[in-house]
Amino acid sequence: MDRVFSIKNDLAENRLFLRRIYVALIFIGLMSAGLVVRLMYLQIVGHEHYAMLAKENSVKLTPVPPTRGIIYDRNGKVLAENTPSYSLELIPEQIRDMEDTLRRLQELFDLPDEKVEQFHKQRKREKRFNSVVLLPSLTDEELAKFAVSMPFFPGVEIKTRQVRHYPYYELASHVVGYVGRINETELKELPMPEYQGTNHIGKLGIERTYETQLHGKAGYAEIETNVQGRSLNTLNEVKPVPGANLYLTLDIDLQKTAYDALDFYNGAVVAIDVKTGGVLVFVSRPGFDPNPFVVGIPSEDYKALNESENQPLYNRALRGLYPPGSTIKPFIALAGLEYDKIRAPQGLYCPGYYTLPGVDHRYRDWRKGGHGTVDMIRAITESCDVYFYRLAQMLGIQKMHDFLQQFGFGEKTGIDLYGELAGLLPSPAWKQAKKKQRWYEGETLITGIGQGYHQVTPLQLARATATLANHGQIVTPFLVNKIVTAQGVQKSPEKPAEIIPLKAQNLDPIVAGMINVVHSASGTAKRIGYGIPYQIAGKTGTAQVFGIKQGAKYNESEIDFKLRDNALFVAFAPADDPKIAVAVVVEHGGHGGSVAAPIAGKVIKQYLQNLHEN
Amino acid sequence: MKTETRREHFHPPSVIGKLLRRMHIDIPLFLCLFLTALLSFVILYSSGGQDFGVLLRQAARVGLAFFLMIVLAQVNPIQFKRYSATLFGIGIFLLIAVLIMGQIGKGAQRWLDLGFFRFQPSEMIKITTPMMIAWYLAEHHLPPKPKQLGIAGFLIILPTLLIAKQPDLGTALLVASAGAAVLFFAGLSYWFLGAIIGLVGASTPVIWHLMHDYQRDRVRTFLSPEADPLGRGYHIIQSKIAIGSGGIYGKGWLGSTQSELEFLPESSTDFIFAVFAEEFGLFGCIALLALYLLIIARSLYIASQARDSYNRLLASALAFTFFVYVFVNIGMVIGILPVVGVPLPLISYGGTSIVTLLAGFGILMSIHTHQKFSIG
Repeated sequence: MDRVFSIKNDLAENRLFLRRIYVALIFIGLMSAGLVVRLMYLQIVGHEHYAMLAKENSVKLTPVPPTRGIIYDRNGKVLAENTPSYSLELIPEQIRDMEDTLRRLQELFDLPDEKVEQFHKQRKREKRFNSVVLLPSLTDEELAKFAVSMPFFPGVEIKTRQVRHYPYYELASHVVGYVGRINETELKELPMPEYQGTNHIGKLGIERTYETQLHGKAGYAEIETNVQGRSLNTLNEVKPVPGANLYLTLDIDLQKTAYDALDFYNGAVVAIDVKTGGVLVFVSRPGFDPNPFVVGIPSEDYKALNESENQPLYNRALRGLYPPGSTIKPFIALAGLEYDKIRAPQGLYCPGYYTLPGVDHRYRDWRKGGHGTVDMIRAITESCDVYFYRLAQMLGIQKMHDFLQQFGFGEKTGIDLYGELAGLLPSPAWKQAKKKQRWYEGETLITGIGQGYHQVTPLQLARATATLANHGQIVTPFLVNKIVTAQGVQKSPEKPAEIIPLKAQNLDPIVAGMINVVHSASGTAKRIGYGIPYQIAGKTGTAQVFGIKQGAKYNESEIDFKLRDNALFVAFAPADDPKIAVAVVVEHGGHGGSVAAPIAGKVIKQYLQNLHEN
Repeated sequence: MKTETRREHFHPPSVIGKLLRRMHIDIPLFLCLFLTALLSFVILYSSGGQDFGVLLRQAARVGLAFFLMIVLAQVNPIQFKRYSATLFGIGIFLLIAVLIMGQIGKGAQRWLDLGFFRFQPSEMIKITTPMMIAWYLAEHHLPPKPKQLGIAGFLIILPTLLIAKQPDLGTALLVASAGAAVLFFAGLSYWFLGAIIGLVGASTPVIWHLMHDYQRDRVRTFLSPEADPLGRGYHIIQSKIAIGSGGIYGKGWLGSTQSELEFLPESSTDFIFAVFAEEFGLFGCIALLALYLLIIARSLYIASQARDSYNRLLASALAFTFFVYVFVNIGMVIGILPVVGVPLPLISYGGTSIVTLLAGFGILMSIHTHQKFSIG
């Protein structure tokens, strides 16, 4: 059919097609005329207006970056500030003899050839009238030296810019963090108008968590420039919105006390205000100097930090995972009372070891000869292991897991810092899922004295202790107390109070035991309890770094330092009206009572003394 | 009685002319394209900071594009017709492949890395879509019946959506308009055309909903550029200053202060027209537009001379799409259309678009110079 009419159709189709071509031509003509009309409007009618903006003088929109907010501690001491930094910059266009100028500058400054090479590289990327950095940060001496000879260096100038500075160096680095140059991945995700002209953003710590608040919002200036692009005057300016100042709950003096008290040990100290959850001390030793990160740390320096045996970049307070050791015992004791598995006065006999029926393995007590018959208070005071093996056996792992979970073990605390670890609270379900093995009763026993799979962060330990001190009212740790802007003060939002339902009388023997740890003659930390007008409730802990063979003798001084036990101590004070809770972990410290407890003692005494004086 | 004389007697064809014709090259079209390409170097030298490296790189791409054009001009249009559906199918397959790879790689994906060079399937589909529609419609009587319109509509929407999803709004627009142009030249009734435009207008809220954030930003910026002078509105404001300050006569070659001082971003790519307008003024703009219109007019003439429906539809659609290219780019630079990321044809810095464009003109030349040998 189609083919029969094809010739006739071809003629009709051809006519139709030609008509369409004409219509298209008219359409194209009209649209083009539209473009021309618009061009005439811009280039004839608007010419004077636009020429004024561009021909002789151009208006350049220059972003004005906001000043970054300052970070203070709870007493208003500055932890992060902006200090002026002076850089030596050259404007190639204004320099007649570049080689000569550079040679003369090299005579004046300690200017290595690499810096000059870097300058030449940068210079090629920039317009001739833009200034290019030669030396990024001048010392006062260099500044004075150049000021004298400035007239002999046309086209060389000193520029000022703000640089982030951390006056406490390694002391607060794991809390405050640092800012660094924006990298390409970050650049893609930043909201652009707000970040025009900004070179640095928070990379770690508070600087990172509160980046949005600290940064503020860029403003811009309409600057009139001439044909060479040189600024003439500012026509109009929209001021930047400066970043908010942050007031932390941290007490930097107390932080220093704790840091110094750790001395040559690696470890962590966390202290929390029991009533609010505000973090008073957050030490991870060793720290690192955050200042080089701001200007860009040389790669060999970074490598040295990163590969150092002491791991200064590792935030032990936030991410360090340690077995809690005997510091877990008050919680296990409380679980025994809450689940009605034991009564506080009930005595259990400790011969120095414990065995499970039908198994040869001896679960040893730290005191070789045993403690005799001990009740709960004595068991805590003397840290009797056998008592807690037996209590753990009575409770069973599932009940222990459920009870400890309420105190925040095995979960992040939700502190306002990045990278927190959740630790590990073991249970049969966990072991089945992760290790494909059933739970053994022996593992229940050692969980009862804080060994085995259970792992906590120092922050978690401090929080659990604070919650215990707070009669089961859960404490959520936080660092930023106030956010202060021109508009006003924003307090950190109050967390809804969650309460672990505990029977009030059950807490009494626990606290009594913990007081005895510090204040009784048989207490494991009795050395820190002398001469104070209040009572400290504490618990020591010593956690094995490696397993001791059955029957082997254990002598602290003989074994390698690296294999020595971790020393732990948790405490709160005053015992009758707790204001501060502390957790201390000292890596390879040996025994909790002799190494970790004095550190907590110093922090508590200083804090309560200051509180009393004010 | 006057002796009837033929033109050839007055102007004997030169050796070069003969050679060009033997090579299936349409001389008027070739000259216009060549002139535009030369003009592009003149502007790029100024906008690219007087850097010869930029020119050399662009020259390599333009050379490759012209070579491809001449190669395609040698192919008999019967071959284009025969492989239309296959090429279209391959194009769709590659678009889907790129989209899936993009999903895996997370983020915008337009390229297919073939190892030795990177290939953008959306460029190929710019030509194969009108080929496909022309082939399909030419199989039936014209004007097309509703059923054929439905199928043709689907064949246009499919690649358009695939490209819009990449997301590349500019290219999606060009592919859609290439397909729509075939429908128009095939005799789509004006009622129907009106209905489609109405439908698109009505579906604007839906499209808005489907758009990416940055695409919405562009539309917002188009509607009020002054609201965001540091961000997205910056391009438009600076480009208007550049064009307006050029005036009637322009500031002369290399006299552009806006791009020279780097006030004007993308001055060598999408916004190069602003530099041209600043340096050569209104007269220059009209001359450039005239050059473009000459290319379009010659292309439409070639379409009108083509013997069969397929060739006519394809040629006219390619010509019309070229105009859309010009109009959308200039329109966005002078602030009457939103910024959609379409380069100024044959002039903007960059290789992909010029290769596709000249490939299209290669097909036009093939259609025009193989007339005598084509059957039916």
